[in-house]
Amino acid sequence: MTLYVLRRFVNYAILSLIATCMAYVLASSIFRPGDAFYGRNPRPPQASIDASLAQLGQSPDVPVIARLWHWLVGLFTQGSLGITIGKQPVVEEIIARSGASLRLLLIGSIIGAVVGVLLGVWGAVRQYRASDQIVTYGSFLIFATPTFVVGVLLMIGATALNNSIGVQLITFTGEYSAGISGSWWDLTLDRAVHLLLPTLALVLMSAASYSRYQRSVMLDVLGADYIRTARSKGLERGPALFRHGVRIALIPMSTFFAYSFGTLVAGSAMLEIVFSWRGMGQFLLQAVNTNDVNAAAGSTLFVAILVLLSSTFSEIIYAALDPRVRS
Amino acid sequence: MVIAQQEAVEVSLDDEQTITKQRRPLSRNGLVWRRLRGMPRFWVGAIAFGLIVILSIVGPFVTPWSITDRDIYNMGMGPTLRHWFGTNSIGQDIFAQTMAGLQKSLIIGLVAGILGTLLAAVIGSVAGYVGGTTDKVISWFTHLLLVVPSFFILILLSPLFKSLSWVALTFFLAIFSWMIMAQVVRNQTRSLRNRDFVRAARYMGLPTRKILSRHILPNIASLLIIDVTLGIVSMIMSETSLSYFGFGVQKPDVSLGTLLADGTSAALTRPWLFVFPAGVLIVLLFAISLIGDALRDAIDPTSGANRA
Repeated sequence: MTLYVLRRFVNYAILSLIATCMAYVLASSIFRPGDAFYGRNPRPPQASIDASLAQLGQSPDVPVIARLWHWLVGLFTQGSLGITIGKQPVVEEIIARSGASLRLLLIGSIIGAVVGVLLGVWGAVRQYRASDQIVTYGSFLIFATPTFVVGVLLMIGATALNNSIGVQLITFTGEYSAGISGSWWDLTLDRAVHLLLPTLALVLMSAASYSRYQRSVMLDVLGADYIRTARSKGLERGPALFRHGVRIALIPMSTFFAYSFGTLVAGSAMLEIVFSWRGMGQFLLQAVNTNDVNAAAGSTLFVAILVLLSSTFSEIIYAALDPRVRS
Repeated sequence: MVIAQQEAVEVSLDDEQTITKQRRPLSRNGLVWRRLRGMPRFWVGAIAFGLIVILSIVGPFVTPWSITDRDIYNMGMGPTLRHWFGTNSIGQDIFAQTMAGLQKSLIIGLVAGILGTLLAAVIGSVAGYVGGTTDKVISWFTHLLLVVPSFFILILLSPLFKSLSWVALTFFLAIFSWMIMAQVVRNQTRSLRNRDFVRAARYMGLPTRKILSRHILPNIASLLIIDVTLGIVSMIMSETSLSYFGFGVQKPDVSLGTLLADGTSAALTRPWLFVFPAGVLIVLLFAISLIGDALRDAIDPTSGANRA
């Protein structure tokens, strides 16, 4: 099993690296980092612009492939991803920003997966009852709503709630209140309150798609012979469903999880921007708007590593649930 | 076919008149249509979608305001009889804006959704049918494109199509949307490729192009039809999201995404700027998803919700 997972991991790792290289090449040939300097008033002397571009690794005289080579050498020898247009090391920026992004993504996707699986199993067991219909149509409705719209609608709802009870109960702009100070507990509480709405949006979004998928897989399993066998051995309905049903139904879910994780990362990046967080989503947005090649490549690498880890994780779950893979 | 005959028998038992009327067993399309007709979901979706399409065509003629008109006496007003969806801070009519945005988002979604499915059909069937190195290369490339979510790829490429028109955006959306469906088509093609009728066609010397278009693709048409509806939903979502964050449709063009972006800053004080365009968008996507889901159950009754 270890060998199997390891082989898949290496495979994904190579793909991630190539994808990042391609992102660098694309950004380097499409972006115009010079614009940031030419646009300044007064315009800096040509020599200083050239020096700045060289420092970024984006001299127009150097071919794109050579720029990529230089960037890769920097990555593998010094662990450096270059500097941003604002002369900050990209690695430092990513470390400073990724905490907030990862917190939202991890909490949101874990709660979303658990809620989605439970709703899906519940819907399958109670197929066509009123509760199943409500969950089905509800998840359809959320599925049909773009992530950023969910975010803004939650903001409108929270404002209405705050106004109606006259207290600022839910705060949602930024990742924490500006200028907050106090004990560790106060800081944590403040962050938790700010985390509430974006996490809720992410949970709604992922639970909607997981529950649909889980329900359909679970319906497959419910009709299978081994459930009947387990029941006829004298196993109660609940344990039979959970030990023999849900476990089997989770196997295809682990593959679906890997597929949908990319959408989740994109959705979480959108939510960060909607709620004005200083996270990786905003970093990428800013990188493209300021023609910052190193920052764009760095954030692509970040996303590729996330997808790599989630794919490997889902392979491990798959192997753990399905004995046929282990041997 | 077995199912088709069974249902035909049921029909004839139900109603004696149909025996005389219906000599042949139901065709596959007839069967799908019969199942679709019986689904409330399908009708809700189809009627809502039809209404929205009619609204997007007729709407701009019904309202006296155009998207550039400014009513300087009624700036920042809520919904009134004069301005059905209210006005923004410079007096532009939100209903007129929403209609223009709806048109653009619909066109982009329809074209990109259909193009994306066509790409998936061609790439997937070629990979599955030809096999060998071609298959390996295409599969590898597909996996590569899936490593980075296409939303991020499109943001990276946005400087390319931002300066061009929204037509370029449509093509870029389609180019990065085929991957998962192509894998499904590939696997289906591989299971079809050694069936007798395909083999017969091959031994008769039919060129690959014709085998694909006459024998393989018609057999996975149902999959493709479902994919088109779901593809339109995801394309409209991608377009509005990209436009919302400033990477998609650019001024002076209006799409639902740019409209929502304009409405967000005032969403907390003047909710109508956001809620009306968002509502139209959600109803549109909800309607198409319902149609897609009903189609899937009608075409493949052994999958998903329809199973007993």
